[in-house]
Amino acid sequence: MTQTRIDKTFAALKQEGRAGLVTFTTAGDPDYDTALSILKALPAAGADVIELGMPFSDPMADGPAIQASSLRALKSGQTMIKTLAMVRSFREENDTTPIVLMGYYNPIYIYGVDRFLEDAIAAGVDGLIVVDVPPEEDEELCLPALAAGLNFIRLATPTTDERRLPQVLANTSGFVYYVSIAGITGTAAPDVGKVKDRVQRIKAKTDLPVAVGFGIKTPEQARALSDGAEAVVVGSALVTAIAESLDEDGRATPETKDRLVGLVESLNGALRRTEQAEAL
Amino acid sequence: MTETQTLNSFSTGPDERGRFGLFGGRFVAETLMPLILELEQAYEAAKQDPSFQAELDDLLKHYAGRPSPLYFAERLTEELGGAKIYFKRDELNHTGSHKINNCLGQIQLARRMGKKRIIAETGAGQHGVAVATVAARFGLPCVVYMGATDIARQKPNVFRMRLLGAEVKPVTSGSGTLKDAMNDALRDWVANVEDTFYIIGTAAGPHPYPAMVRDFQSVIGKEAKEQMLEAEGRLPDTLVACIGGGSNAIGLFHPFLDDPEVSIYGVEAGGYGIDVPNGHAASMTGGRPGVLHGNRTYLLQDNDGQILEGHSISAGLDYPGVGPEHSWLKESGRVTYVPVTDKEALDAFQLCTRLEGIIPALEPSHALAYVKKLAPTLPKDNLLVMNMCGRGDKDIFAVAEHLGMEMG
Repeated sequence: MTQTRIDKTFAALKQEGRAGLVTFTTAGDPDYDTALSILKALPAAGADVIELGMPFSDPMADGPAIQASSLRALKSGQTMIKTLAMVRSFREENDTTPIVLMGYYNPIYIYGVDRFLEDAIAAGVDGLIVVDVPPEEDEELCLPALAAGLNFIRLATPTTDERRLPQVLANTSGFVYYVSIAGITGTAAPDVGKVKDRVQRIKAKTDLPVAVGFGIKTPEQARALSDGAEAVVVGSALVTAIAESLDEDGRATPETKDRLVGLVESLNGALRRTEQAEAL
Repeated sequence: MTETQTLNSFSTGPDERGRFGLFGGRFVAETLMPLILELEQAYEAAKQDPSFQAELDDLLKHYAGRPSPLYFAERLTEELGGAKIYFKRDELNHTGSHKINNCLGQIQLARRMGKKRIIAETGAGQHGVAVATVAARFGLPCVVYMGATDIARQKPNVFRMRLLGAEVKPVTSGSGTLKDAMNDALRDWVANVEDTFYIIGTAAGPHPYPAMVRDFQSVIGKEAKEQMLEAEGRLPDTLVACIGGGSNAIGLFHPFLDDPEVSIYGVEAGGYGIDVPNGHAASMTGGRPGVLHGNRTYLLQDNDGQILEGHSISAGLDYPGVGPEHSWLKESGRVTYVPVTDKEALDAFQLCTRLEGIIPALEPSHALAYVKKLAPTLPKDNLLVMNMCGRGDKDIFAVAEHLGMEMG
C-alpha cells in the first residue's frame, strides 16, 4: 500500500522525536460554519492528526461530553453529506494533515458502504474509526475500506487480552488506537503506569504507531500518557471547551474557536515540552 | 424471498456468527467484544449441563408459577364469531409478565459465571421489575437504567423496583426512553466489565442475546403446544403476539416455526398510524434495516441513519428496533407482521376487560386488537392462540387518562 497522509505524519513525528497530538471534534458542532473554521484552524494550532466525528443519535461508546456534542451537531442539521463536504473544504487548503472520520456504523450503512468509501476518498479522508464494527464483522466495512485505500484504525482496549490482540491488529492500518480505560470517552482518568505497560505489549506485536486516548483532559495528562506512545488523542476536553463557550441558546460565540485553538495549542505545547525535558 | 422455498427449517438460527440471514451479528465496541464471547461460551456450556436446565425448571415452576394456563376465551370467541380463541396466560406469572422467564434464565447464568452485580435497561418497567425481583431473590446488587420520561409515566413500577432493592438510575441523555436506557446500560457494562452481568430484556442486542432470550422465552410456545394438544388433540392454526423488541412473540412462535400449517402473526405498535412520521413504533412495517445496539435489524430511522424515537401508547413497545430473528422471519415470509394503532389497542383493552374479566397490559392489547380483526375472518374450527404476555395493572393510570376517566 502506498504511504497515506497518516503514514507520512507518523514518519515525520518520528523524525522530530516527539509524540503527536490527535484531536477529536464533531463535524457540525455547534454549527457547520463554526465547526469548519475550527477544523481549518486545527493544524496551525498543533493538531498532527484530526479525528472528525460523524455525529450519531446513539453514541454508545461515548461519555456525556461527546454525546452532547453529537446531539448539538445533529440539531444544527449536520448530515453525512455535510460532513464529507466539510472535509472537502478543508482539503482545498490543506493537503498534509490527515483526517480520520470517527463514528458509528449505522449512518455509513444507510449512506451505503461503497458510496461512502468512494465519496470519503474523493473528499480527502485518510482513515476511519468505526467503534461498533469489531474484527468479527470485518467484511462489513473494514475490508472494503482497506481495499479502497483508506486506513482502518482499530481500537484496542484493556479487555483485549493477549490471545485476542493479534486478531484486533490483523486488519488495522495507519495506527492503533489504545483505549486507556475500560469505559466510555471522557470519564475516568487513565492509570499512566498500566497504560504504558499495555502500549508496550501492543508494540511488541505490531510496527504500527500507537495513539492513546479516552479520558485525557489536561496538557499534563497528555504529556504523561504520551510516554512510550506515538500520539495521544484528546476529544472530550475539546468538545467540552466548545460547550462552555456557547451562549445561553447554545449558539457559537466569538470565544468558541479561540478557546478551542488555545486548548489545542497548550496540549501540543505540553507534548513538545516532553521532548525538551528529555533532551536535557 | 426465495429462501422460503429452499429453507427446510426456520428454527436452526442463528449461525456461528450470530446471524439470522442478514440480521443479528455482533456490532459492539472492542471493550465489550471479549465479554460477549465469554458470555456465548458460558451459555453454550450451560445448555449442555442438565443441572442448569433442571434448576431453571424448578424456579420456573415454584417461583414463577409455570406452566401458565392455556385458557379458552369463550365470551370473546362468541363476540367475534370466528376462530376459537385461546389466551396463553403469561400475565399470571410472578411479576405479572413473561419477562420473568428470561430473567430467571439469565440470572442463573450470571451466578454460574461468578458475576456479582446485575444491570438492566427497562422501558415500561416490566423487565426492570423482573430483574429487580430475581436480583433480590439471589442477593445480588442491581442497577436498572430507565429513561427519565419513562420514570415519570411508570411510577408504580419504579416504586416496585426500589422496594425490591434495585437502584433505578434515570437516563436523561437522548430523549430519556428505552433506547437511551439501553445505551446507558451498555456504557455501564463497558465501565464495569469484570464483575457485571447485563440482563437484556428483549430478544435483541449482540449475539448471543437474541438467541439466549428466545431460548429462555420458548417455554411459552413449548407449553402452548403441549396444552393445545391436550385440549384439542392437535396444533393451533393461528398464533398472535405483540412485538416491541419481540421477546414474548419469539417465545411463543419459535417452537411452531417448523409447523407450516400454523399461521403466525406479529403485531407491532402502530401508534398514531404508520403514515404519521415518527408517530409509531412499528420498526418492521415502517422502518428499514440498520445497525443499533449490537445487531442489524429493522429500525426506525431517518434518511441519514439517525435513530428515531417512535411513539406508542405502550411504553413497552416504543423501542425503535426489533429482535433480529423477527427481521429475518419477516424477510423469509414465515411470519406476517402487522401494525395496530393506539386507539385500536385501547378498544381491545376495554373489550377484553369487560368480556373476559382480564385486564390486559397495553402491550398484549395490541395483539388482542389484531385478534379482533382476524378472528371474524376465520372459520369456527380455527384454533387461535394469543399470548397474554402481561397484566394491565401498571397501565390503569395511562388508560384512565386516555379515556378521560377519573381514578376512584
